[in-house]
Amino acid sequence: MKNRYSIFSLIRNAFSYHQEWPPAWRSPEPKKSYDAVIVGGGGHGLATAYYLAKNHGMTNIAVLEKGWLGGGNTARNTTIIRSNYLWDESAKLYEHSVKLWEGLSQELNYNVMFSQRGVLNLAHNQHDLRELSRRINANRLNGVDSEFLNPEEVKKFCPAIDLRGGGRYPVLGASLQRRGGTARHDAVAWGYARAADELGVDVIQNCPVLGFESHADGSITINSGKGPIKAGKVGLVVAGHSSVIADMAGFRLPTESRPLQALVSEPMKPCIDTVVMSNAVHAYISQSDKGELVIGAGADAYISYGQKGSGHQTEHTLAAICEMFPQFRRVKMMRQWGGIVDTNPDASPIISKTPVANMFINCGWGTGGFKGTPGSGWTFADLIASGEPDDMNAPFKLDRFKTGYLVDEHGAAAVAH
Amino acid sequence: MSQKFRLESGGLINRDKPVTFSFNGHELKGYDGDTLASALIANGVHLVGRSFKYHRPRGIMSAGPEEANALLQLGEGAYTEPNARATMEELFDGLVATTSNAFPTVKYDIGEVNSLFSKIFVSGFYYKTFMWPSKAWKFYEHFIRKAAGIGKAPEEHDPDFYDKTNAFCDVLVVGGGPAGLSAALSAAATGAHVTLVDDQPRFGGSLMAQSGQEIDGKPALEWVDEAEAKLHDLDNVQVLRRATAFAYYDHNYVGIWERLTDHLPVKPEGLPRHRVHMMRAKQVIIASGAIERPLVFCDNDRPGIMLASACRTYVNRFGAKPGNKGVIFTNNDSAYATVLDLIDAGIEIKAVVDVRKDPLGPLMEKADAAGVKILTNSAVVGTSGRLHLKSVEVAELSDDGETAKSDVTEIACDFLGSSGGWNPTVHLHCQAGGKLDFDEERGAFVPAPSNRTNPNISVGSCKGAFGLADCLAQGFEAGQEAAKAAGIKFRKSGKAPTAEAVDEGNRRLLWLVPGKKPLGQSGKHFIDLQNDSTAADLQLALREGYRSIEHVKRYTTTGMATDQGKTANVNALAIVAQTLNEAIPTVGTTTYRPPYVPVTFGAIAGRDIDDLLDPARTTPMHSWHVNAGAEFEDVGQWKRAWYFPQPGEDMHAAVNREVAAMRNSVGILDATTLGKIDVKGKDAAEFLNRVYTNAWTKLGIGKCRYGLMLGEDGMVMDDGVTSRIAEDHFLMTTTTGNAAPVLGHLEDYLQTEWTDLEVYLTSVTEQWATASIAGPNARALLSELTDDIDLSNEALPFMAWTPGTVAGIPARVFRISFTGDLSYEIAVPADYGLALWQALMTAGSKYDITPYGTETMHVLRAEKGFIIVGQDTDGSITPVDLNMNWIVSKKKGDFIGKRSLDREDMSDPNRKQLVGILTDDPKEVLPEGAQLVEVVKDKPPMDMVGWVSSSYWSPNCDRSIAMALVHGGLKKMGQKLYSPQADGRVIECTITDTVFYDKEGNRQNG
Repeated sequence: MKNRYSIFSLIRNAFSYHQEWPPAWRSPEPKKSYDAVIVGGGGHGLATAYYLAKNHGMTNIAVLEKGWLGGGNTARNTTIIRSNYLWDESAKLYEHSVKLWEGLSQELNYNVMFSQRGVLNLAHNQHDLRELSRRINANRLNGVDSEFLNPEEVKKFCPAIDLRGGGRYPVLGASLQRRGGTARHDAVAWGYARAADELGVDVIQNCPVLGFESHADGSITINSGKGPIKAGKVGLVVAGHSSVIADMAGFRLPTESRPLQALVSEPMKPCIDTVVMSNAVHAYISQSDKGELVIGAGADAYISYGQKGSGHQTEHTLAAICEMFPQFRRVKMMRQWGGIVDTNPDASPIISKTPVANMFINCGWGTGGFKGTPGSGWTFADLIASGEPDDMNAPFKLDRFKTGYLVDEHGAAAVAH
Repeated sequence: MSQKFRLESGGLINRDKPVTFSFNGHELKGYDGDTLASALIANGVHLVGRSFKYHRPRGIMSAGPEEANALLQLGEGAYTEPNARATMEELFDGLVATTSNAFPTVKYDIGEVNSLFSKIFVSGFYYKTFMWPSKAWKFYEHFIRKAAGIGKAPEEHDPDFYDKTNAFCDVLVVGGGPAGLSAALSAAATGAHVTLVDDQPRFGGSLMAQSGQEIDGKPALEWVDEAEAKLHDLDNVQVLRRATAFAYYDHNYVGIWERLTDHLPVKPEGLPRHRVHMMRAKQVIIASGAIERPLVFCDNDRPGIMLASACRTYVNRFGAKPGNKGVIFTNNDSAYATVLDLIDAGIEIKAVVDVRKDPLGPLMEKADAAGVKILTNSAVVGTSGRLHLKSVEVAELSDDGETAKSDVTEIACDFLGSSGGWNPTVHLHCQAGGKLDFDEERGAFVPAPSNRTNPNISVGSCKGAFGLADCLAQGFEAGQEAAKAAGIKFRKSGKAPTAEAVDEGNRRLLWLVPGKKPLGQSGKHFIDLQNDSTAADLQLALREGYRSIEHVKRYTTTGMATDQGKTANVNALAIVAQTLNEAIPTVGTTTYRPPYVPVTFGAIAGRDIDDLLDPARTTPMHSWHVNAGAEFEDVGQWKRAWYFPQPGEDMHAAVNREVAAMRNSVGILDATTLGKIDVKGKDAAEFLNRVYTNAWTKLGIGKCRYGLMLGEDGMVMDDGVTSRIAEDHFLMTTTTGNAAPVLGHLEDYLQTEWTDLEVYLTSVTEQWATASIAGPNARALLSELTDDIDLSNEALPFMAWTPGTVAGIPARVFRISFTGDLSYEIAVPADYGLALWQALMTAGSKYDITPYGTETMHVLRAEKGFIIVGQDTDGSITPVDLNMNWIVSKKKGDFIGKRSLDREDMSDPNRKQLVGILTDDPKEVLPEGAQLVEVVKDKPPMDMVGWVSSSYWSPNCDRSIAMALVHGGLKKMGQKLYSPQADGRVIECTITDTVFYDKEGNRQNG
């Protein structure tokens, strides 16, 4: 890498008052044609471009971004990374992702601050415990680290938790994935962009896609805000607008777009050193390196493209947090925001060929996209390069909603007799 | 002398009420009416904190919510609060404050070592290093996290309580300054219901910081008092002080955060600490004022450097001197008001440094006439004083303002007030979706005119009208306009309060004040004081390709501090625009998001805490279960009796006893919690046909039928027994946890898909209490309590129901069974539930009637292979997978999920199917959730073929039994499977069918 980042380069540049740092990526004008064009310059799109270049030697490629790099859900999530998914298909994909996360800073020469401080999923009733046990066993046999903690062990691992759960949501146990944790969200987009650019990928911002035109030779012309661009292959990765772009390309998705909110507290000295998630009270929390409590919850119930949320969701989320951490009632919310998550009926992504020749789509990661970024880019690059599904992405093909082969990660499991 | 920076007289403080408080362990004095910040200033405390990254010494820089430096730790123990802005905290007797982010003391802070490395610790440095060796990030991170953060989070359970209320009004007025008061008065005069909120303890807004203003010919504060009194007397006006409108959601839904006890030395019992009002307003008038913008100059962060308007506020409102000799640095005329007031207060103004070449403005002229030294076309190019400002360096500017001349004059001073103009407080306007226009002349973003999607009205200085006369006039007009838009009918009357119009003078927008050396080479031009981001950092970000304003913000962390860029953002984007050579509006702003100021979690949660977060539902028989010593489990929102241990029994022993007692004689279960939906209307049967997989039209009145409900995806969603009450009337039961979702699901279809059906749904779960008696003696027991029900097999066969009287109570008796034994479910009006239960217990004593809980129920039903939806299904299981093809009608028309069942993968013989599992060692009970494999490997990964959904010790079978979902399981009867456990053990087992007990099903027909 020409301009390697290190403590030495920082010191060297300090002598020239940091005037000599080169841009992290070029800002090229689009060429007339590319072997492949990725639509969407978020984490997943940039990762796809990077792995196409790195793993498949495709360097005559471009990423088109409507706004600014990483400005969608990459910029808006709560940065949690884990791979303790129930189904084999998901576990394989997310575990591959976690393995990539584990070397990503070095791979990209950009510190994405992947911090493996563990992810706790709490159980509050007998039903939760059964589900937890099932998931832990499945994780273990899939080679994904996952262990059960009893309430005392939970308290020891995360002293901030009130095991009483306000009386209504006592902590009866938890699963712990020690290799899970958080990463610095913006850095992931920037790191991939810089590394892809270094390999020759044109990363083009402020370039909306307006339409597609398929040609007899299999190529596709993209009508963009910066003029027509011809592409041998097109990969669509536009979380939050997937069904809009699919409509542009002439096919339909079984995808719903809904607001997902998050919020942060004011920065404080370290007070919680892991990630805590609870499905029953529906909230999750971690603390950023800057000291803010980073808090998220479930998606709003209505369909919307407005990147903000309702007040009600925040009220409920903070009530849930105060239940698990009553000492945080005196802590203050500093900022709240929303992103738009595309969710499929089975809450698993679509990584697939489309009815349009040489056009591929990667969408519907729901609330779980950030953690999947490296794995998603990796396997989507495989699909685009070869044109055919492989073991990792085949279960996530679009036609599963026709055949019924679902990878149902949400299920209707939250009931009891 | 204490309070040596207190003026002899003046200010809105009560000098008859001295107040004692503690700062970093020192006892200090102030007055009632002070803020913590004003009291510190009066005591000559200038050093109040350390910055986030470089740990630079910092002092109070404002007098309002924009404060970026003075974030103090308030209170102690369970009452401690991090990051309190000293400028917004009212002083009270006994207040305890300490500085944050400094160790061991704010004066000698070892964190300041970071400053030595500030040449390396530029924006984004952490993305470029800490990557070696590859596993070391957690090590680095440990120290980074310790150094970061500001205050300390409380560690004890918060003893205070918080309140939340939902409210509505015709016109909400945000801000009690002149514009807001004028608006509230005119709206109130129309008869509209008006709510006026202000974040201060008293109204007046900016008027409190000013002197010599007159409204309607009287002193401005007198007018404010009269206005307040008038509003107070009106029944249609609600006035909230210490209340901040912090969030503006869609459809005029505004969050208001009221602080009720924070300012009180003794917190009254029963009063919440904070209360959030979630206000749905027909119309919103925003009169939130403006925040002064600091000038960005070299080393502009030393204690003693503050906003010019803050200097004026401390003098006029609090009678506190920011210092003894000061310099005012400005680009506009408004700062001269500060100059004049400070001189009046006897404070020496060494010089006014004015970047304008030919300053114009009435206030400047007054100051000039008063003999103030005014240095025009000049700038502060450097400052000195480590812990407190000692002097500033002033130089003349070049023609274009981009450099300073080398001839530098040093002026000794102990404070500096800077003014770069004013930023209208457009936060709420933008949160509501309002757009901004850029006022080139003032260098300020102002609200674009309101429109259909954003109907709120901004008035006064938050709209860019900085003159008092304009504020009053706009407020008056907006009050009437809003009332009219809210549908109030009135005759226009009255007139706007008046004040003298004042010329604002001219300005010179110099966004980046040059220093002695090129930017970044000597000293720092801070943009965001709290996050230590500088103008050089902004330029570094741009140089490195982070060009979108969002990238710049994120790369440099500008505007991401607790003040969310109230003083930083506009300066930052202007400097970005200047560097990129673009117009300021082209660069645009980052997004304004709630909350306007940080709001306590507790206030937003309100009363939804502890038991009230999700109130537990209990049955009418609950008290009996408690007295009987039952253990409970949470099922959905319900507390259900789990088992009834007798002395010395653990759960295992209790359940074994309960199970045997039921099968041998009679047991009793509280079945009240099952969801009950009353289905009525002429199309009720057709409706059931569409929501269940089986057919319902022919079900006779008085008969019951079990049904499975699928989702659109064909997967089992819920199950239960539905009984026909009349031709057009059914009673549906659902699982306990799913009652509300099922009702929602059904209503969704009725209201959106099947509008042609005449069906009415009513939840009656809580109207009926249900006791289920089961066992060979169930009939004998029941017959003792009823004389109007024929309990014979002929009159009341299995799957039938009848009305009647049980224990003198009108009842519905259902002969249905979840145990596989003879069983009656007796439902009575809920108020009689306990009486029914007691009567059954009394009459049942001769049969040794045994109460049992959900755990025993689970064992009993598992012995019979009955499923529990949500335990033996998980949203990916079809009726076919459950081997329940019999319940899917092939004849009737469409039903929910039918189409999905026809998909090709649904008939894959290798789908997961429900089977029974017997461990090879009958004493071994498989853990629920255990995974099953066909081939055991030394270590993972191993291919899993299924998982155990239910598993129990069965006393009646005298062995363990289990149910599991196994790939192709129905074709694998008798096949061996293995379950590798976490501890390394492997449990061997065999696939069997799911009915373990009474396979012929004779008992329930008994």
